[in-house]
Amino acid sequence: MTAAETGTDSGRAEPELGEGVHAALASGERPPRPSALSMALTFGWRGLLKIKHVPEQLLDVTVTPVMFVLMFTYLFGGAIAGSTGAYLEFILPGILVMSVLFTTVYSGVTLNTDVTKGVVDRFRSLPIWSPAPLVGALLGDAARYLVAGLVIVALGLVLGYRPQAGPAGVAGAIALVIVFAFALSWAFMTLGLVMRAPNAVMNTGFMLLFPLTFLSNAFVEPSTLPAALEWFVGVNPISHLITAARGLMEGDATGGEIALVLGEAAALTAIFAPLTTWLYRRA
Amino acid sequence: MTDVGLAIEASGLVKEFGDVRAVDGVDLAVRPGTVYGILGPNGAGKTTTIKMLATLLRPDGGSARVLGHDVVEAADAVRSVVSLTGQLASVDEDLTGQENLILIGRLLGYSRARARSRAGDLLDAFGLADAASRQVKNYSGGMRRRLDIAASIVVTPQLIFLDEPTTGLDPRSRSQVWDIVRALVGDGTTVLLCTQYLDEADQLAEGIAVIDRGRVIAEGTPAQLKASVGSGALRVRLLDSAQRDVAARLLAERLEVEVIREADPAAMTAPVADAGRAATALAALADADVEVADFSLGQPSLDEVFMALTGHPAEDSVGESSADREEAA
Repeated sequence: MTAAETGTDSGRAEPELGEGVHAALASGERPPRPSALSMALTFGWRGLLKIKHVPEQLLDVTVTPVMFVLMFTYLFGGAIAGSTGAYLEFILPGILVMSVLFTTVYSGVTLNTDVTKGVVDRFRSLPIWSPAPLVGALLGDAARYLVAGLVIVALGLVLGYRPQAGPAGVAGAIALVIVFAFALSWAFMTLGLVMRAPNAVMNTGFMLLFPLTFLSNAFVEPSTLPAALEWFVGVNPISHLITAARGLMEGDATGGEIALVLGEAAALTAIFAPLTTWLYRRA
Repeated sequence: MTDVGLAIEASGLVKEFGDVRAVDGVDLAVRPGTVYGILGPNGAGKTTTIKMLATLLRPDGGSARVLGHDVVEAADAVRSVVSLTGQLASVDEDLTGQENLILIGRLLGYSRARARSRAGDLLDAFGLADAASRQVKNYSGGMRRRLDIAASIVVTPQLIFLDEPTTGLDPRSRSQVWDIVRALVGDGTTVLLCTQYLDEADQLAEGIAVIDRGRVIAEGTPAQLKASVGSGALRVRLLDSAQRDVAARLLAERLEVEVIREADPAAMTAPVADAGRAATALAALADADVEVADFSLGQPSLDEVFMALTGHPAEDSVGESSADREEAA
């Protein structure tokens, strides 16, 4: 009896499914192929939708830097800079850089998730400009960079940070950090395509990024460090970025400092964008 | 040699992952407007073959043309006329069903409004209208599979690759997917179907290639394949295992075949040529007061096909774990 019921049940539903599919097939005319930019923007929209549906990913990237600002300012501020206020002024640009750059690891994690879940197979079988999913993901990530940056600046303002160069200087600093973040994202997307699991990308990414951000001029004056460490901090591109961001926010950045950061960003992109695209084609 | 009339024409396709030849010289000829089945166990090279035909993997040897376009030289032309529904449901789990379809529609060139209305039509057609604004991670396996196929026909393809579309689905979802496949082919779409199930290939496909360790080991219509294997098996399980010897003797008499006693002490299996004789044999059991707990008259399983064709059972892991991993990746 039960079997017979199930039989009639599916007997009723199934022809409907078939009918609808016939109608859908009949009306699926092929539109003209969109431009590469339009495809990338569509993937950017996908990135924004993911933030909308999984807002926790923003928590991950904002809570840690907020903790850093509070901990470093009130724990070490007095000891390192004599007062918490003076130290806040010193570390805030550094933490801005750190928090946005931490976000770039997620570009690799997201891409790796797409590969392991099979979505990439769908995208790669579509007649689209092949780097569009990668470029588009970066456009979506820009929203995250912006949120991470704004959270830190807002927190700084609440705690009494007053940048000399005003809103324009802060905007300039955030823009420069985002440009560098785009470049670094390509490196983590490469990592995302060579590692086997999203967690591995996350762990390796942070293992690389933690020493690079801490062994910089973000938290201490390099002149207080042992010679070898001072040398490393001096050549670390993240130090250059922090110097330029600090300069922009304080109004004393030089053209050379900014050009150095842009040059390093261009070099990172020149190496890792083609490498990522090449790996993606054979993912 | 080149037959322009073929939808898929592959000769000597080879793909290696390290030392493993995942695909080792596969030839295929698929007529347009038909369902063609590739039947084989996990790790046999089905997914790798499909990925080469869908331009996702570059063959290490041999050549293939899909709807007249070479899969290496004219990969973009191939992508413009085919769709792929991968083994892992290739939809974005974080997005809703509707957003997934709009995404594909926009990428293929529909305007925002057209992509939205097309998504709505497809969700209706595939019985997903109620779940349109739910995240795909909350879909059942059958719903996810239907969405996946819907995503493959946002723009009507001339050929669709379906990689194990019903693996892991309940029987009802399975028959829904079969209906969809029949509707696709009824409208003239060519379907290349990978499957582990002989009955699925039998239900849908006009031609079947049986693939094992990267090679086509048999090819033909479902009827030809089954004829080479025997049409099926009667499996009987008794209420009382003490009656098995009596039952086995009765079945052997009526069916004039050898009855295989299974590991389950109350169960046995006998190959049968036609259903009528199986019914007579079951009646004989009843006459002899042998109580039957359940019985089934099934088609030969993939294992039996493999036994008949190769002399060894269909093995999932014949030291090809690395190929499996590559296929899954």
